[in-house]
Amino acid sequence: MATQDRAPAVRLTEVTKTYRAGAVEVAALRGISFDIPPHSFSMVVGPSGSGKTTLLNLVGCIDSPTSGTVEVCGERIGELKDNALTDFRARHVGFVFQGFSLVPVLSAYENVEYPLLLIGVPAAQRRERTLAMLEAVGLKDQSRQRPNELSGGQKQRVAIARALVKEPTLVLADEPTANLDTETGAAIIDLMHRVQTRFHTTFVFSTHDPHLMLHADETFAIRDGRLVDHRTGAVS
Amino acid sequence: MIQLLKIAARNIFRNKRRSLMTGSAVAAGALAMLLFGGFTSYIFAGLETNNVQRIGHLTVFRAGYFLFGAGNPAAYGIDHYRDVIGLIGSDPVLKPMINVLTPTQSLVGIAGNFTAEVDASKTFFGVGLIPSDRDRMRQWDQFKIGAARPADPRLSDADDTRGLMGFGLARILGLCARLGLANCPPLPAAERPADKVVAAVDPDIIGLAQRDVDPGAASGPPQIQLLAATAGGAPNVVSLAVSGAEAQPAKELDDNYIAMNLGLAQQLVYGRGEHKVTGIVLQLHRSQDMAAARARLVSLFQEHHLDLDVRDFGELTPFYGQVVRLFGGIFLFIALVMGVIVLFAVVNTMTMNVMERTNEIGTIRAMGVRRRGIRWQFIAEGALIGAAGAAIGAGLAVAVAAAVNGVGLEWVPPGNSNPVPLHLDVLGRPGLVIRTWVGLVLVATLAALIPANRAARLPVVDALRHV
Repeated sequence: MATQDRAPAVRLTEVTKTYRAGAVEVAALRGISFDIPPHSFSMVVGPSGSGKTTLLNLVGCIDSPTSGTVEVCGERIGELKDNALTDFRARHVGFVFQGFSLVPVLSAYENVEYPLLLIGVPAAQRRERTLAMLEAVGLKDQSRQRPNELSGGQKQRVAIARALVKEPTLVLADEPTANLDTETGAAIIDLMHRVQTRFHTTFVFSTHDPHLMLHADETFAIRDGRLVDHRTGAVS
Repeated sequence: MIQLLKIAARNIFRNKRRSLMTGSAVAAGALAMLLFGGFTSYIFAGLETNNVQRIGHLTVFRAGYFLFGAGNPAAYGIDHYRDVIGLIGSDPVLKPMINVLTPTQSLVGIAGNFTAEVDASKTFFGVGLIPSDRDRMRQWDQFKIGAARPADPRLSDADDTRGLMGFGLARILGLCARLGLANCPPLPAAERPADKVVAAVDPDIIGLAQRDVDPGAASGPPQIQLLAATAGGAPNVVSLAVSGAEAQPAKELDDNYIAMNLGLAQQLVYGRGEHKVTGIVLQLHRSQDMAAARARLVSLFQEHHLDLDVRDFGELTPFYGQVVRLFGGIFLFIALVMGVIVLFAVVNTMTMNVMERTNEIGTIRAMGVRRRGIRWQFIAEGALIGAAGAAIGAGLAVAVAAAVNGVGLEWVPPGNSNPVPLHLDVLGRPGLVIRTWVGLVLVATLAALIPANRAARLPVVDALRHV
């Protein structure tokens, strides 16, 4: 049991990813290998174009590597068909997007409830868990409001609640503070850290903001598609 | 499912103007189809009613009459027709279906009006009938279009010397003034077209006819003489008191038609011989029973070894089928045009929706919505736009039809000789409304399928990257 607990939440082995832009092949990741420990607050850092988003897409099971293997929660995602992969994401992976990406026609409550509908949680439980999560991110009073009636910080809180409500194994956040001012961004990171601790989720987010690295348990620095540094503990 | 429809309904309102335009196209399609469909249904109902009132649903003939009888109706008389009527009328299957069961006698001959002022004659096509049965048949109004006609006192069971004729025949025989017909010019003094016909007829027959003129008839209804060959081939003449004229739907018929009592027609055709009839008419309570009644008649005749044939009103009046096919074709054309318009409108709208919501599609796919879920989402939106638009169109069609019907416009439908109220029958045709609504919803749904498939096939990463 203890061994399983310490099994990595994510394992990348010699992962490469190349994109074709017309006749030109662009290598986004070049043979990256590392493990992300479970229940950690991990950051992938690097300058723009370093491959952070590509890495998170692979870890989030929404893209497949050109070569190498990606294991998430012990599952080799390259071996799953589209529907199985989609169901896997629905159960095990939560996303927080840079641009919030809330469904505009749904209220804050409905946005948070949405992932629970996908995994067939009964109505009473859905309601209980949704309200609890909205309360956890401090938005219980805004539950009926649509995204266009919320501030940027509030939207990102809804997005965090939405990512966490199904109690996923892994939450991925791609530059979640990029569209927020410094103060709000810091508050969001603080919130993410707190809910990660409370729900024992593995949190992975990408950033190029050095100030945010102070919060990380694990930091993976990548540049030009290669892992250039890996540190455990907050980077000062 | 409820969640899917809720989200679909809300998405429709995201771009109100675009959804409104698309819904309007669907509504316009429904409006056009239902108004024309209502109009067509009314025409069909009117035509069918007119035919059924005139010649019933089914007519029993002696075998061969339908193909060859027009040349010599007398040769195709049904023997012992009263027994046949008894057999049909007492059949437990047919009895509850039958409204009127009546014999008719068709005949051809020459009608002459020989008076001091006029000397005109004309070949005629006549039908002998039982006036009280004719009155009952004219009451038939299954489709409730207000076509039931009052009893016609111009013909009577009690007086078999009376008869009616086509307006054109009355004109040709110079009876306009005697019958008090409006818009009916007198015979030109310089022209006597009937002379040619008279000249062609044996002078002995003319003499026979002129001998049959009632000298005291000048004060009552005009008397004409009908000359025909009997079944045995001998010439025969009877007098007919013309009690009125009525316009017939086709000029050929109008210029030749005479209706008289069955007894008189039989006297003319069969003389002192056995009286037969050329047809036995069945008017049913409901047109839906026609096929069953026909099948039963055929089986009944086979059982009793009767050499009889059954024809329906559509076969006897090909014009009915032609009109039905013509208007059916026009309706189909309108439906196709409207369907194509709706198809393109919905495809256009849904394609724009997919483009605008590409990032959102990527987001919910990442969250765990399968391709199928995305597909259903857009299909539901297309179906909802179609359903709402078609429902609004149907409501408008009912309102417009009520307004048009209330104005009291008139027109002359095909197969009619007199103007009738223009009626758009939308509310009375729930089947048409439902079929139109379902058809348009299906078209809108199918139209949404193309962009929905495109949305479902989007790679998640590409969709998320879309700005």
